Amino acid sequence: MMMCKGATRLMSLKQDRSLSLQERMSLTFHLMMCDPCRQCDRQFTLLHEVGKRLEADITSRQHDD
Amino acid sequence: MTDVAADEGEASPSRMERLTAVRPRLVSFARLHLRDSAQAEDAVQEALMAAIEKDASFAGRSGYETWVFGILKYKILDTLRTQKRQGKWQPLEEDGDDEVVDRLFQHNGRWHQHARPASWGEPDTVFENERFWQVFDACMIALPDNVARVFSMRELMGLSTAEICQEIGIKENNCWVILHRARLRLRSCLESGWLKEESP
Repeated sequence: MMMCKGATRLMSLKQDRSLSLQERMSLTFHLMMCDPCRQCDRQFTLLHEVGKRLEADITSRQHDD
Repeated sequence: MTDVAADEGEASPSRMERLTAVRPRLVSFARLHLRDSAQAEDAVQEALMAAIEKDASFAGRSGYETWVFGILKYKILDTLRTQKRQGKWQPLEEDGDDEVVDRLFQHNGRWHQHARPASWGEPDTVFENERFWQVFDACMIALPDNVARVFSMRELMGLSTAEICQEIGIKENNCWVILHRARLRLRSCLESGWLKEESP
């Protein structure tokens, strides 16, 4: 059975490519049982959003002419 | 693009003001990638010069700042390529263990008690927190150069892992290994530097 370390590998991978059915199932199964990994999964997703936030901050006009 | 524009080569005063306004945020962004203040300043300077020179070619389809940001991203990639060509990159240790990551987990693969991720709350609240961004900057600096480079290309520049492999000259598999480490290190650094400080 997959442990937390392996689960974080899949959480990271899913930010970069789509997981296979097998990968998706073992991750889902692990996340159902493991609260720390659920938090980690949310945090990886948040890190994935950081770039968009920075870009929005730069490109949103805060000074009108 | 090439035609008319009587004032070609001259950005209007209002655009100059907008460049001045956005400049500090561009420098912060460039610094995350180049990890060197002087090089970040240079890249932004070049991007701003290019924006002023090519003012007439701004088509207005996207926002002005979005257009300038696009130029900067191109300049950053350009600088990274130069760094690589000049041999300024340390070789990636793709296959070695990462002791920082190893310290997070027990031998059986479960989280160590001290390393177990805690809740950060709602993403919107996190992103609105000034302190989060300060700690994020510090945690990026704390990453090894080559790990940070892959992470910022992927998550801040939005390149695909295939594109990154091409830029850096590594296999996609190694790219995924490096990103996994980068994310684990960053989340751990963020949590200890920011969350634990927030709750006294």
